[in-house]
Amino acid sequence: MSKEWPLWEGFIRSQHGLAHKHVGSLHAPDAEMAINNARDVYTRRNEGVGIWVVRASEIASSSPGDKTALFEPSNSKVYRHPTFFPMPEEVKNL
Amino acid sequence: MDDKFEYLLRLGDNALVLSQRLTEWVGKGPALEEDMALANTALDLIGQARLWLAYAGEVEGLGRTEDQLAFLRDAHQFRNVLLVERPNGSYADTLMRQYLFDSWHLLLLDALTRSADGQIAAIAEKARKEVTYHLRRSADLVMRLGDGTAESHRRLQDALDELWMYTGELFEGDDVDAVLQAQGVADSAATLREPWLAQVGRTLTTATLTMPSSQAWMQKGGKQGRHTEQMGFLLAEMQFLQRAYPGQQW
Repeated sequence: MSKEWPLWEGFIRSQHGLAHKHVGSLHAPDAEMAINNARDVYTRRNEGVGIWVVRASEIASSSPGDKTALFEPSNSKVYRHPTFFPMPEEVKNL
Repeated sequence: MDDKFEYLLRLGDNALVLSQRLTEWVGKGPALEEDMALANTALDLIGQARLWLAYAGEVEGLGRTEDQLAFLRDAHQFRNVLLVERPNGSYADTLMRQYLFDSWHLLLLDALTRSADGQIAAIAEKARKEVTYHLRRSADLVMRLGDGTAESHRRLQDALDELWMYTGELFEGDDVDAVLQAQGVADSAATLREPWLAQVGRTLTTATLTMPSSQAWMQKGGKQGRHTEQMGFLLAEMQFLQRAYPGQQW
C-alpha cells in the first residue's frame, strides 16, 4: 500500500485556534483523498474548521545537529528577549 | 399498527442494520484510513438509528425504548430495506452497497427535512449533514476504483450487478408510505426514483461502470419484514448479549 499511497502530514485549525497545528500523518493517493482521510482520522470530535494536507516529501526540516548554531546564540543575548517592558493586558496573546 | 411507527422503524432499521454491517469491518479495513472512515460512518449511522428508534418508541406509546427496539425484535419485525442487510463481501461490495444507499439516503433525508412532523424534520436535518459526507466519500471511491485498475473495475461492476436488484425496493411505496404522504409527513417513495437514477447514472458513467437496466427484476420485502437469510445471522450476533443475559446493562 505504502508504495502507491504516499505519506501526508495533516494540519488542522481548531474551532478557536489562530493557526493550523500539525496533528499527524496519514496515507492517501492524492490531496483530495488526503483531506477526506485527515477528516476521518483526526477530526471526529468537532476539532477543526480548516484542514491542510501536505506531502511529507515536500517538507524540509532543520537537522537536530544544527540546534546549537540555529538557536543557541540568542539565549546569551538577554537584550533580545523583550521581558523588560510591562505588557498591556490587551496584547497578552501576542 | 400505527403507520408513523412503522415508517420510523424503517428509517431506524436502515441505519441500525447498515451500521452493524460496517462495524464488522473494524480492524479489517484495507488501510488504516479506510478502517477509520468506515467506523466513523458506522457511528454516524448508529447515532441516527438511536434518534429514529427512540422517536418510534415514543410514537408507539408502549414504553419501548430504543434499546428494546434494537435488541429485542426478531428478523420479521425489522423494517429495513434488503440492501443494507447484504453481506459485506469484498471491499468493492461494501463500497458499492454504501454508495447505492448513501445516494438514496441523502435524497430521502433532504425530502424529510420538509416533513410536517417537526421531530422527523429535525432528525433528518441532523442526519443530512453526516450523510452528505458519507456520499461524498463513497461516490469518490466508486469513481476512483471503477476507473482504476482492471481488477478494481471488474470487482465494482460485479458488486453493482449483484446489488442492483435490491435498489428497486427503495422506491417501492406501500400503504404506510401512502398514509404518511397524505399526512404531509413524507413524500411518496417513488418521487426519489428519477433524481436517484439520474445522479447514480452520472457517477457510474464517470466511474466507467455500466448501469444495469432500470427495468430489471427487483427483489423486495424488507420494508414489510420479509428478509433474506443473512438477516437472522446478523441479528443473532448483534442481539446475543440481550438474548443470553436479558436486561443486562453496561
